Amino acid sequence: MKSVERVLKGDRLALARLLTQIENEDASGLEALSALYPHTGHAHRIGITGAPGTGKSSLVNRLALHLRQNGWSEQAEPEAETVAIVAVDPSSPFSGGAFLGDRIRMRDLYGDPGIFIRSMASRGALGGLARATVDMVEVLDAAGFAAILIETVGAGQAEVDIARMAHTVVVVDAPGLGDDVQAIKAGILEIADILVVNKADLPGAENTLRALQLVLELANTAQRTKPDAAARDVAPQPAWVPPVLPTVAIQGDGIVELAQAIHDHREHLDLSGEYAARERARVRTEMEELLRQQLLEGFLMHQPEGAFEAALELVLTKKKAPRQAVREMIEGKKR
Amino acid sequence: MTEKRLRILIAKPGLDGHDRGAKVIARALRDAGMEVIYTGLRQTPEMIAEAALQEDVNAVGLSILSGAHMALVPRLLELLEMQGQANVPVLIGGIIPDEDVPQLKKLGIKGIFGPGTSTDRVVESVRQAVQAAGAAQD
Repeated sequence: MKSVERVLKGDRLALARLLTQIENEDASGLEALSALYPHTGHAHRIGITGAPGTGKSSLVNRLALHLRQNGWSEQAEPEAETVAIVAVDPSSPFSGGAFLGDRIRMRDLYGDPGIFIRSMASRGALGGLARATVDMVEVLDAAGFAAILIETVGAGQAEVDIARMAHTVVVVDAPGLGDDVQAIKAGILEIADILVVNKADLPGAENTLRALQLVLELANTAQRTKPDAAARDVAPQPAWVPPVLPTVAIQGDGIVELAQAIHDHREHLDLSGEYAARERARVRTEMEELLRQQLLEGFLMHQPEGAFEAALELVLTKKKAPRQAVREMIEGKKR
Repeated sequence: MTEKRLRILIAKPGLDGHDRGAKVIARALRDAGMEVIYTGLRQTPEMIAEAALQEDVNAVGLSILSGAHMALVPRLLELLEMQGQANVPVLIGGIIPDEDVPQLKKLGIKGIFGPGTSTDRVVESVRQAVQAAGAAQD
């Protein structure tokens, strides 16, 4: 498997080509992914999500720059981290095409072999990522990048897929996008490990910061995945309380604090045993999803030609309910 | 289920600050079902080549209004070749004097579009150039 060796050796063209194959669910690409899988598990995966126009790309740009120059923590000896960025933008529901513009904000990152930026279109997936995003992140992990920043589609309330694949989720808000009632709604705020109010130099930033802090106080600090207390032999950790950080990404303000907060969160995950719990939950979801998909494909392949379409007709003409039609297909009942 | 879509880099090298043309073309390619990666203004050939590599694009479209094409284009082609992407077709739009066209074609530019070119023609040329590049590789 030549492409696998080349990716592991740091060949950027081979990496880029493999990412394309995986994005297209090409068989040889998926085979390479399996071969690379044992090399994964070293990267810290950071999701950056939030509404359109909050400045996610600019924040990613500055954060990546900071990690390259100073690493995670201000206190420690500066140790630069290599950074991969996967930036997802929406596909047009009409043409299937896409305009991927996240690189426009990332021009500071050019010319650095420790950085790799890849844009991808959502290709119809609705959760803020594309179907292949997870697999592409695995490849970048195997290729040795220490931090992987995953920028989602501009997300509103329900695009929470990122919570299932990132270790640390940064939710980016900006002043003037909605009142505190918006903030109380379920969804994207609940998945935040770190909240950022970007464009904090704009009027109204104080209100946004206060509204988010209030929501955090209201919410019980229940975590998404609670590690089994019996299964860990470390001292119990206090629950993680998401910090609310003001930033001005285009000036670089607040980036040091953001990097520190991500670092702290990673430490919390490790010490509390939550890292392992999240990994287990993440891989479980992924395997269930694959199983579902392959069982579906396998089942449909063994159906008589046109059986599914015929059942679909019966449902559309209201002769049968969807659940009934599906059960009868499974039982192989004559129509 | 598997989708294979053309990925096209649209870039603006050089110092002029007008990217309306580039955006019109990007939009037309998007509406034709392609995935367009747009780099923004004032890119050096080095930046464009790096983006072409990381994004593994099927073609590169350059918008050049500054008159610097005879310096920028050969440099970009050289960089693409150095990084193993000599087969990626490059097309140009913008203000290109007629007398430069033969030289640019000779360098390997797969399409040159002046003001007033219909977007349909650009889309079709991009498709053909990508197809030809794929056929040459097989």
